[in-house]
Amino acid sequence: MSSSANTPANPAAKTTGLHIGEIRPGVAKVDPIVTIDGVSRHFGGLTAVDVEHLEIPRGAITALIGPNGAGKTTLFNLLTGFDKPDTGTWSFAGHALAGIPAFKVAQMGQVRTFQLTKALSLLTVLENMKLGAKDQRGEKLLYSLFPFLWKAKEAEIEAKAMELLKRFKLDTKKDDFAASLSGGQRKLLEMARALMTDPVLVMLDEPMAGVNPALTQSLLEHVLGLKKEGMTVLFVEHDMHMVRHIADWVIVMAEGKVVAEGPADQVMKNPAVIDAYLGSHQDDDLGTITGRITLPKKGKK
Amino acid sequence: MDWSAIFSNTAQGLFSPATMAFALAALGLAMHFGFAGLLNFGIAGFMAIGAYGYAISILTFGFEWWQGILVSLVASVIFSLILGIPTLRLRGDYLAIVTIAAAEILRLLFLTNAFVDVTGSADGLSGYHNSFRAANPFPVGDYGFGPWTYNNNEMWVLVLGLLTLVICVSILLLLINSPWGRVIKGIREDEDAVRALGKNVFAYKMQALIIGGIFGSLGGIVYALPSSVNPGVYVTSLTFFVWTALLLGGAATIFGPVLGAVIFWVLQAFLSNVLPQLVSSGLLPFISSIQASTIRFILVGVGLMLLVIYRPQGILGDKKELTFVK
Amino acid sequence: MILSRSRTGAKYWTQIGLLTTILTLMFGGLFATSASADSVGEDLPYRVQGNVKNEGTALEGVRIVVSGGGYTAETVTDADGKWLIGVPEKAGYSVSLDQSTLPEGIAVIEEGGAEQSVEIGPSGAVTKNFFIGEGERIVVSLFDQIIARIIYGLNFGLMLGLAAVGLSLVFGTTGLSNFAHAEMVTFGAVTAFFLGGVLSLPIWIAIPVAVLISGAMGWGLDSGLWRPLRRRGLGLVQLMIVSIGLSLAVRYIFQFFVGGGTNQLPGFDAPKIKLFGATSLSIIDITSMVLSLVVIFAFAWWLLNTQTGKATRAISDNPDLAAASGIDVDKVIRIVWIVAAGLAGLSGVLWAYFRPGIKWDMGAQILLLIFAAVTLGGLGTAFGALLGALVVGMLVEVSSLVIPSDLKYVGALVVLIVILLVRPQGILGRKERIG
Ligand SMILES: Nc1ncnc2c1ncn2[C@@H]1O[C@H](COP(=O)(O)OP(=O)(O)O)[C@@H](O)[C@H]1O
Ligand SMILES: [Mg+2]
Repeated sequence: MSSSANTPANPAAKTTGLHIGEIRPGVAKVDPIVTIDGVSRHFGGLTAVDVEHLEIPRGAITALIGPNGAGKTTLFNLLTGFDKPDTGTWSFAGHALAGIPAFKVAQMGQVRTFQLTKALSLLTVLENMKLGAKDQRGEKLLYSLFPFLWKAKEAEIEAKAMELLKRFKLDTKKDDFAASLSGGQRKLLEMARALMTDPVLVMLDEPMAGVNPALTQSLLEHVLGLKKEGMTVLFVEHDMHMVRHIADWVIVMAEGKVVAEGPADQVMKNPAVIDAYLGSHQDDDLGTITGRITLPKKGKK
Repeated sequence: MDWSAIFSNTAQGLFSPATMAFALAALGLAMHFGFAGLLNFGIAGFMAIGAYGYAISILTFGFEWWQGILVSLVASVIFSLILGIPTLRLRGDYLAIVTIAAAEILRLLFLTNAFVDVTGSADGLSGYHNSFRAANPFPVGDYGFGPWTYNNNEMWVLVLGLLTLVICVSILLLLINSPWGRVIKGIREDEDAVRALGKNVFAYKMQALIIGGIFGSLGGIVYALPSSVNPGVYVTSLTFFVWTALLLGGAATIFGPVLGAVIFWVLQAFLSNVLPQLVSSGLLPFISSIQASTIRFILVGVGLMLLVIYRPQGILGDKKELTFVK
Repeated sequence: MILSRSRTGAKYWTQIGLLTTILTLMFGGLFATSASADSVGEDLPYRVQGNVKNEGTALEGVRIVVSGGGYTAETVTDADGKWLIGVPEKAGYSVSLDQSTLPEGIAVIEEGGAEQSVEIGPSGAVTKNFFIGEGERIVVSLFDQIIARIIYGLNFGLMLGLAAVGLSLVFGTTGLSNFAHAEMVTFGAVTAFFLGGVLSLPIWIAIPVAVLISGAMGWGLDSGLWRPLRRRGLGLVQLMIVSIGLSLAVRYIFQFFVGGGTNQLPGFDAPKIKLFGATSLSIIDITSMVLSLVVIFAFAWWLLNTQTGKATRAISDNPDLAAASGIDVDKVIRIVWIVAAGLAGLSGVLWAYFRPGIKWDMGAQILLLIFAAVTLGGLGTAFGALLGALVVGMLVEVSSLVIPSDLKYVGALVVLIVILLVRPQGILGRKERIG
């Protein structure tokens, strides 16, 4: 486990001492939850993902960044069983995951959200939440015919769902169809729904995209809260503000490869990263081009 | 115009084995499409399995009528498995094409001369009623009133059909309002999202396919109970008619399919009686009575289009609960 | 048109009778009904019959196949050597005797061999007795049979291909799985029949005009129905079901006008010319294949070289990108509908000669084969659809060497299913992006 404590007084306190030895792409972690070896995925001639070795630290918040098309979403798909790699092995909490179907990966506690939000539009917000809960007998065909077998569990799930909805300020919408929510609210709902499964590792694909700036602060707190509750978080994000603020560890991908990793402030200064993002525009600060702060553009785009 | 004959024939459409058979098949489609989002265009195949399974087990294997029903249901489960194991991973419209093709294959197999001893080929099957009628609890005589007067054998078919329908509706009600139904509806909306929550989407789709398939086969059996099995019935158009009934009532509802089947048959009975009479009484000039009876099929097609365009949720559906999300 | 055993009389039995009538009226739905038994189709209105004897001895168990007008049935002779096959139309049929079911050393010794044409006479029946005697059976080698089948398959496949590329173009550009494509096929044939048969225009004028009218119909369908529906934002499943409704409605409109029977285009009975081996084709068959090839090459050139053709492929590739790069998507789709309907219309004319005969549901009979072709090639890729059509056409014809002729479409449907399973993107298609 990480050496430094999570000081409750400062929610943004970083977990440090996650790695062993010199920081470089593929560096070993003190306590990895996910270990990836030689995973590659090609689409025709294009190499979308080609990761030699990568470890995700347990109990910390890890950000996965990189320019568009770097292969972040594809890597998420591979790790969660939604896509199959051409080569490679990877494990989650000590279990080898190659060939394990997506739903089993989720049952093991590795739960993801999608870059393009997948709210279940014609289910109500509350139904969306209840769907997330694990070990429901009523979801078995034969049990489902006998309501008395699952009514108690149903009440329990509902209470839990309401608590989470309250946290995400969606409780007033519980009986609305998910279709009626705004884009940002759907992102929140998707995240809350994922939490209903009591995950060990939460993987968020661009959780901030489309979320109303007024909500971003509370979203950050939710993510920090997950760490406090002992979960591991891996998220993809273009918002450098969020990355700087909450990520304990940052992994940078470009063209399918891991080009750099390390604590946020160090990674941002890494020339390989700046190069990956900017090409020749090396004078710009990373925060300005990928973050939300828009500065007047210098010269041609 | 003989209005009393028209009225009484139309009234019979309200309550007939064909109507119940359609209601059951449409209920199966509601499970498949309305709730689970599976585009099954092979419901005629399921109905054929029900009808042929029942008749063949009695005629060829000498089973009792209730054993025949069981055999049909087992056969329908096997058909669902054969159809589902490979295809449930496919995209929606691919599933539509595979199911329509599978139902056609089945029909051609029932029709071919190669198995004439068992299937009766183009002549179909008949004369399998002894065991069923022997079990008839109604003493010989007439029952009911007005246009709804039936002899004891007809009564037995109707009561059994109605009972089957009531049981199927109840099962669907229980299933859809349970956590199982929630998962199924979730899959209809976005199966990847449900998979990401740790549900075995494939298994759920398979269960939905099997249950809907059983309903469809029961429809086929109820349809075959009173008379005979005719291969000309289980064509692709039958599938489209059941779809029309389903969409008319409301695809994502439980009583919609039943209502849709009733309206479909009442209208068909009405038109098939009224159109030829309009011709013979000179009210529809320039067309023959054969042409007049073609009109009602043109109307089914036009009705289906208008329905899908202007009221896709059907009569009982809620506009917000429209099932055509994707 | 069809004998549904009427179950009239008893109350709700009329109801059952009604459905039976409705559905038998549709006569076999997507495929022509084919039937057989010792004497098959006895309820059908016309009959072909005969007696197979060798010098007075009845031959039992000889297989006879009657086909024509999209109808095929077969039977075997009874102990008296007699056979009878009911047929649905008063038209020409081909009767063939399977010589491999004759006893050793005996063969059909008649001019023209074991396959003969007959015409139903005024009595509603025709008798065909083959001259049989000792003699060298004109054995057709398996190789020759396969070659012949491949060539028929090619003809059939090219005709399917004309329809399939259109369906595929529409699918590629609009995402619509158009079930009413079958009716666009029928429309071409019916129009050609109206022009050539009813108005007695020379057939070489009637056919091009029919194709033009078909194209106009495509334009009308797009601007009157599909474009407004796209504007309304109907989903793809909704559109697909609309096309099913349209298909039913239009099919019965055809039935309303041409009735339930079969009509023939001029020249349908052109004699078959023996080419080589077991292959014999009529001048119509040869013209049909040449015409299909010419049209397909012209189409390919259009798709590859013209502005609109390129735009079409761009839209199939990525509609949003195409729209963003300034392509007038609506205009291209309109042209696609015109081209697709024109090709379907031509395909319908050729199908009318191939079956032979024009019938209200003739398009629906091959709709699934067209779908099979399109799927096989990879949904939405025009050249794939063409390749798929050739494979399906040949498969149907060649497979009938080994499976009963009334199951010959089953092979193609099974292949359709298998392809979707192992390679959902088709032969030439690409995988789509997940997640
Ligand atoms: N299913 C697919 N087919 C073809 N190319 C794909 C597919 N999925 C992803 N790609 C390509 O792989 C690369 C990585 O994509 P992605 O993982 O989505 O990037 P990111 O999430 O980092 O923006 C991109 O070039 C993308 O176009
Ligand atoms: Mg991405």
